[in-house]
Amino acid sequence: MWNSPAEFFAMGGYALYVWGSFGVCALVLLLEPLVVHARFKAIVRRLKQEQLAEQFDKESSQ
Amino acid sequence: MRALLAIIHRDLLLVMRRKSEVLTALFFFVVVTSLFPLGIGADAALLRKIAPGVIWVAALLSTLLGLHRMFAADYQDGALEQLALSPQPMVLLVAGKIIAHWIVCGLPLVVLAPVIGIQFDLDASSLYVMMGTLLLGTPVLSLLGSIGAALTLGVRGGSVLMSLLILPLYIPVLIFGAGAVYANSVGLNTSGHFSMLGALLILALAFVPWVSAAAVKIAIE
Amino acid sequence: MNQVNNPSFSNNRLVNWFSLSSPSIFYPVAGKLIPIFWALAVVFGLAGLWVSFFVAPVDAVQGQGYRIIFVHVPASWMSMFLYLVMAAWAGLGLVFNTRLSAMMAQALAPVGAWMAFLSLWTGALWGKPMWGAWWVWDARLTSELILLFLYLGFIALQSSIDDRRRADKAGAILALVGVVNVPIIYFSVKWWNTLHQGASVSLTKAPAMAQTMLWGMLLMALCFWMYSIAVGLMRVRAIILEREAHTDWVRQLSKVKS
Repeated sequence: MWNSPAEFFAMGGYALYVWGSFGVCALVLLLEPLVVHARFKAIVRRLKQEQLAEQFDKESSQ
Repeated sequence: MRALLAIIHRDLLLVMRRKSEVLTALFFFVVVTSLFPLGIGADAALLRKIAPGVIWVAALLSTLLGLHRMFAADYQDGALEQLALSPQPMVLLVAGKIIAHWIVCGLPLVVLAPVIGIQFDLDASSLYVMMGTLLLGTPVLSLLGSIGAALTLGVRGGSVLMSLLILPLYIPVLIFGAGAVYANSVGLNTSGHFSMLGALLILALAFVPWVSAAAVKIAIE
Repeated sequence: MNQVNNPSFSNNRLVNWFSLSSPSIFYPVAGKLIPIFWALAVVFGLAGLWVSFFVAPVDAVQGQGYRIIFVHVPASWMSMFLYLVMAAWAGLGLVFNTRLSAMMAQALAPVGAWMAFLSLWTGALWGKPMWGAWWVWDARLTSELILLFLYLGFIALQSSIDDRRRADKAGAILALVGVVNVPIIYFSVKWWNTLHQGASVSLTKAPAMAQTMLWGMLLMALCFWMYSIAVGLMRVRAIILEREAHTDWVRQLSKVKS
């Protein structure tokens, strides 16, 4: 179908539009899970710190 | 029915004691629509073209200005909770408040619009169409606005949030309302636009009071 | 034998499903499901991209530019579908007072908003070469834009109300009110003379496009769907931890115990 990689990337003159669309989709579909993962890590870290703080309180009051 | 009239009477009475609030919203409508000819220049043809859109958008925005008064004052002093506890169905009370809001904020727009329309050099038939679309459309604006007002009761930054929530819902009313006036000014038939506006009004009347009553109950509990 | 001795056996399956509505039980289940949906998304995505670029032929009218269809249509379908699913979860949460249903709605809103944005973005990039305009105010584009605003309004409303249960219920009302917009988007090309192309794919008639193009679209749509489920489950797990932070079962999680 494609005679050369150059032809593939040129997309018959529509390169900006086709790759602009696929590119932004790929970007969003990659970045969103990363952001969600960062949110997950943040809440886990916060919970760990709260547990440590509680333990510290308990130990120091004994 | 008596409860409905009682609520309308009460809200109108409260407004009459604080006329300045209402007059501010109407003044806003007049001033904003007057700014456009001043800013764009006296090109009559251009003004005639933008008049439907400008007048309708100004009507939307001034309705938004007056919406917070629907529930907020009663919410803050606890009257809303008392109304919710009364044996009257909440739907009736909410409907009464919406009607009172329309009488105070919507109806004056219908009356003022022809005056504004003259500023934009609209012809007589377009002025009539403008009044008709506002007559059908402003109740829908009050109805949909009540949902936003109820959902954002007591929330920090509530009025801006309310505008963000309601304006997407207002867009169909704007499209058909302004579209009708524009269609008339170029000689096209407006019956389709009016049918859509009528349909929106009927749908809103049928569903929104219940939705707003539910939203008020959520805000109170 | 066991069935007679164990009175709860016959109800076992029913009980199992409803127990999933408890955050503590759903959390590990979601954790196990996420990799499966990611794998499915990757498989469908690779297959879809291969069909999109190496199998589907060039279009007679639009040349290679039409290939945008393979992301534009899936994003649009997902934006509408996810809104309905989100509104359904929110409605369930409102009616049955279940926290997890509201959390699912909260988790799906951002995914749906991104899908609506991608639909508008890819649509604009497709419209410019084909129609000559980045944007037109026709019925379908305008109602898709309204859909994006509805998503953003839902997210904004939920994040500005401090009381979580009130936020859930208020969001549910907003989501349900906005459902009326989805049929408008879908049928707008039928009801109005719009610039946007009419429906080529229908449940009842043969599709008005080449087989390979249809397959590319369907595979990419499946990819987006699996992706949405995967990200939605990931986000709901984070939301569960945030909202159930002070419950015993969260404290006992091996991740959290130091």
